[in-house]
This record gives sequence, structure tokens and C-alpha cells, in this order.
Amino acid sequence: MTTKALRTPLSLRLLAAGFLAVWVIVAMFPLVWTAVMSFRAPVDALSSDPWAVLTGPATRRAGQGLTLVDLVAGLAGLALILLGRRYGARGWIAALAACAVLFWLTPMLDGALHLPPIFGLTLTHYRAVWIDHEFYRNFLNSLIITAGVVTVSLTVGTLAGYGLARTRSLVAFWILITALIFRALPHSVLVTGYVPFFLASRDLLMPLWNAPILGPLLHLFSAVPPTFYGQPWAVIIVLVSINQPFTIWMMRSFFDSIPTELDEAARVDGCTHLGAFLRVIMPVMWPGVVTTGLFAFLLAYNDYLVTALLLDAQSQTMVPAISQFLNSDTKASDQIEAIAAAVSITAPLFLLVTVFQRQIVSGLTAGAVKG
Amino acid sequence: MKPRVFAMFVAPSVLMMLLFIAVPLVSVVVQSFYATVPVYEETEVESCTPGFLTQTCTRERRSVPKLDAAGQPVTTTEFIGLKAYRTLLQPEAAAAAFASGGIAALLSIDFYGALRFTLTFTLITLPLVIGLGLAIALALHEMIRKLRGPLIFASLLPFIITPVIGALSIRWLFIGDGILTAALRAITGLPISMFAQGWTIELLMLTYRVWHAAPFAFVVFYAGLQTLERDALEAAMIDGASRLQRLRSVVLPHLTPLIVFVALIHLMDSYRVFEEVVGFASQAHRISLQFLTFSFLTPDQTGNRAITRAAASSMLTMVGIVILLIPLLLRTWRQRR
Repeated sequence: MTTKALRTPLSLRLLAAGFLAVWVIVAMFPLVWTAVMSFRAPVDALSSDPWAVLTGPATRRAGQGLTLVDLVAGLAGLALILLGRRYGARGWIAALAACAVLFWLTPMLDGALHLPPIFGLTLTHYRAVWIDHEFYRNFLNSLIITAGVVTVSLTVGTLAGYGLARTRSLVAFWILITALIFRALPHSVLVTGYVPFFLASRDLLMPLWNAPILGPLLHLFSAVPPTFYGQPWAVIIVLVSINQPFTIWMMRSFFDSIPTELDEAARVDGCTHLGAFLRVIMPVMWPGVVTTGLFAFLLAYNDYLVTALLLDAQSQTMVPAISQFLNSDTKASDQIEAIAAAVSITAPLFLLVTVFQRQIVSGLTAGAVKG
Repeated sequence: MKPRVFAMFVAPSVLMMLLFIAVPLVSVVVQSFYATVPVYEETEVESCTPGFLTQTCTRERRSVPKLDAAGQPVTTTEFIGLKAYRTLLQPEAAAAAFASGGIAALLSIDFYGALRFTLTFTLITLPLVIGLGLAIALALHEMIRKLRGPLIFASLLPFIITPVIGALSIRWLFIGDGILTAALRAITGLPISMFAQGWTIELLMLTYRVWHAAPFAFVVFYAGLQTLERDALEAAMIDGASRLQRLRSVVLPHLTPLIVFVALIHLMDSYRVFEEVVGFASQAHRISLQFLTFSFLTPDQTGNRAITRAAASSMLTMVGIVILLIPLLLRTWRQRR
């Protein structure tokens, strides 16, 4: 009987829908608008008239934009992908190949027909950012650091999470509580601890290199101790440690949901704990690993404070590197270059949410429901 | 699991946390009491300027940094006690400001300004984030299933985005003649400029944080709503509870543990507010505790970092978060027992 009685009245539903519509616009608007601005000439992008930002008249007058041919090609490409999607992986590949040919042909057709552009659109700012300012170097640094943090974080955190989930000792409880307190520490506190050591690590580690037995061994790697400042691997270790409290909490609550009978059965069959972990638990743990890995990725990729203070200009990642565009505010195009750089940083994250939305949601909730 | 096996599994993780969290913490405590300064030595310098008939020569005693064989300045590390804390807290100036009742004078001291901003930032955003998250979760719960996926996707974007970039993207909407500032001017008819005074920047920073953190609260509450039992709701209905009463006495109690969880995480995260200061470039008007430490750690024009003062401000920052978290930690502790 009650299903009908419990149903929300129409007026309340409309209210909820209206509220959600407003929220979605608020959530998306700054990001979408920034993306639009990055494709416009400075006059259009910084205009206070929203219509000018959207259509880009000045950009169009400068002869940069999409012609009718481009628009038709774009729509055709979209249709191809939608069509190809129906036929699985092979369809995808065929559609993408067809698109590549299409977009290779379009500029030639444009050149032959001399059509005037309909919409203003320019890629000059992206070219300036990625090629003139060599943003690809920062991109590679970000890639190295993010990949390193995710790999190390998961390797170390998975083992610890499994150990913590399969024991009820007081030590395990205290490790978890300490981790919770560590999670609350502002990162600047930790970085303050690192900075003097990172700058002077060569002098500080010298005694180790001169030590009787360890010394010759270390000499095999390098003649003098390394300076940690500006080293990507040192920052990877720092970020992994900062993220470790969160990782072990998350992995523990995930392993908690895998029944103990599973590894007990393996142990009855003669496996050691490590053997049971490798043969029985590893094959079923991937959803948890993917989710935890995503959060390690976000921490490393989004970090500003640690990388800004512990890396030098050559090894700098993308997020702190954006300040070079913000601070050189002499030309109008500088600001749009900053915007283009910002959109470049956001694009991989956008892809990430598209692919892993379910894992992100389950990760956020897993920690909450059990923690 | 035997203790030895357990130790093997957790050793790498515990070792990392010890080496890279606990050890730096201890080192910060020590650093805040010691200062590394270059050694100066008194030397007598004769400087001569050409004059008529004879040179005019003056001899004066000057202290110059002592250099070692390699030409690097020699430094020494000395115990300075609470001096670094005193330079941060400026007890005399603070007392004077208190005596004259001048809150503004007190807040113009960097540390107190940062403390004030960090605390109000944390405490104002907390209820807003929880309220907005709850509202979105309840509204989404009413939507048809097909629409939920895309709506969650759109809602997650502010949460997933790089915080500095998120702050920048909002700043670009308002800066100068940005479209939202232009819209505000058109609506109110006032010459609004969002980046000319402190409180409007602070308003933008609060808005940004609510925008950024609400999706997290929303996803957690939304998951909690999925596990809400229909029976309880139906029983409340039969008892004649209205929609609002059901929300208050069935739905909210069900979500309470989750609200505490979100509050805990939000306190931790918003207490370390930092990226907003960078993104909105608010250093001249508003700084946070974490930004204060950051600015001490950034090399100045001569390439020096104020490590001792950074350590002292880190210590004070840490005391603050411990005080904020004690009630919530005690609660968790009692539940575990």
C-alpha cells in the first residue's frame, strides 16, 4: 500500500528538480566558461559581454575560427563515434580512424574553398603555453611524480591495509588512530621539517658515505650523497608518506569487506599468509586498489604546496608552474595563456571522472560507511 | 594473524610514516627553538676618499659576515628559546591592542590575522557544506534513476578539480570587468569591484570552498540515503508523521554518523586552507595559517628561508588543529571502546 503513499508530491519533486538544475549550473559554469575563454582572442575572452565571449567576434574577424566545413566535419565525426560505439571495440577503432582522416582532410578543403569562419576559435594560446613556454616539460614532471606516487602508495598501502584488516590486536588499533591524527596535519608542517634537510642533505649524509662498510657500497651509486631538493623521487616519497594514512584506512576498510573465510581456505590448503594474499586476495582486490589509486592520483596531481617548495624550476610540475603565467601579467594574452594552461591541467582530470566515476563514488562512500 | 606476520605486512607503511611524518614533526619542534645565523666578525675597516692635498680617511669598526676558505659564509646554530614564537605572537603589541580595544590593530599582526581568517573560514564553511551536501543528496534521491548518473558526474567536477585551478576559474569570472562582476553591477547599479577590498575576496574564498567541498558531502550522504530502510519510513507514516517530521526523526538520525564523518574530514581539510590564498592572490588582504608557514619557507630576494619562524608557525598551526579535533576524536574513541 505504502509505495504510493510514500511517493513525493509533484510540487516537491519540481522544487527538487529546480534546485538540482541550479546546482548543476553552478557546479559546471566556472569550468565551462574558463574552457570557452581559453579558445578566444584576448579582446573576446576578457570582454564583459557574455555573448562576445561565447561567439568570439574579434577572434573571427582576425580570421581564426570554424568554417561551415569544419562544423559539418565535427558533426560527422560525432555521428561516426556514436555509430561506432554500437559495434564495440572494433567500431571504436574504425570510427576514430575515420575521424582522423576526416580532420586531416578538412583544413585542405578550408584552404581550397576560402570560406569565412562562422565561430571565432583560436588555438594560439595553447600553442604558446605548450610550445613556447615548454609546458610539456611540466606535464612530463607531473606524469612522473603522479605515476610514482600511485605505484608506491598502492604497493605499500595494500600490504599494510591487508595486515590491519586481518588482525584485531591493540597495536593495529593504535596504528590506525595515529594515522588518523597524521591525516589531520597541515602539509606545511611536514614540509617545514623537510626543507632544511632537503637543502643540506649532501652534507648531512656525508658521514654515511664515509662509513666503513656502508660507504663503499653507497659509492657504487654515486660519488657524493645526493641533494634531495629538486629531485622528483624525493618528492614522490614525501607525497606517498603524506598520503599513507588515508591509503591504509581506505585499504583496510576495503579488505574488511572481503570475507576472512577466503584466505582461511587458502591457508588450510597449505598457503602462508603471503601466499594466501598473493593467490587468493590479489585477484579480488582490484576494485579497492583502483579506488585508492584514484585518490593517490588526485593528491599527487593536484598538489601545490609540496611541489612548489621542494622542486626547482626544471623539475616543477604543472600546477605550481601555472604561477609563471599569472605573474607575467604584462600583455593581455598572458592572462589567456594562464587560462589555457589551467584548462590543460583540468582536461586529464575530466577524463578521469568520465572513466572512473563509479569508483570515485564507491571510494568516497566506502570510507564513510565503515570509518 | 601472528604478530610477526602482521609486522611484516605493515612494516613498510609504518616505517614510511615514521621516517617521513614522525621524524619531520620532531625536527620541526627542535627547529623552532634554534636559529641558524651567519657568523659576524668585527673588523676595523679603513675607507679613504680622495680629497684636496691629502686623502680623507676614516676608520670604523664594522661587522662583516665571516667567510670560510671556499668563500661561503660560516653559519652557526644557536638556541634561541621562545624568540621565534615571540616574533610571531608579538605579546607586547597584542597586549597593547587588547588594552586599547583595537581588534583591527591585533588582526594587523600577521599571525592573528591568519588565525582569525583560518578559524572563521573553517567554522563558516562547515555548516554550509553539510547543508548544501544534504540538500543535493535529498533532491537527487527524488530524481528518476536515469538522470542520476549525469547529475552525479556534473556534481563531482568541483570536487575533483585541482584546488588552485578551481579558485582561479572563479577568480577569472570576477576579476576586473569579468562577466559576473559586470552582471552584479548591472543588477545592483553599484560600482562593485570584488578584488579591491578584503571582505569581498573573503566572500569569494568562502564561496569557492563551499562549491569545492559540497560534492564530497553530497556523495557520502547520498550513499547513506541508499541504505535507509523503507520500513522505518513506513512505520513513521503510519504513526502519522508528516514529511518534515520524517526527515527530522528518521532520515537525519540515520545520517548522523555520516554527518560526523563529513564534519571531521571538513575540519581537517578546511583548517589547512591554502590554495584559495594562492588562487585568489589574496596575500595583501587575507592569509591563512598554512600560507603564513608557506611564505616563511619561500626564499626571499637574498635566497634565505626563515626556517625557524616557519617551524614556530607550524607548531602553532598544529596546536590549533589538535584543539579543534579533540572533541571529535574523543567521540570516535568512545565508539571504538
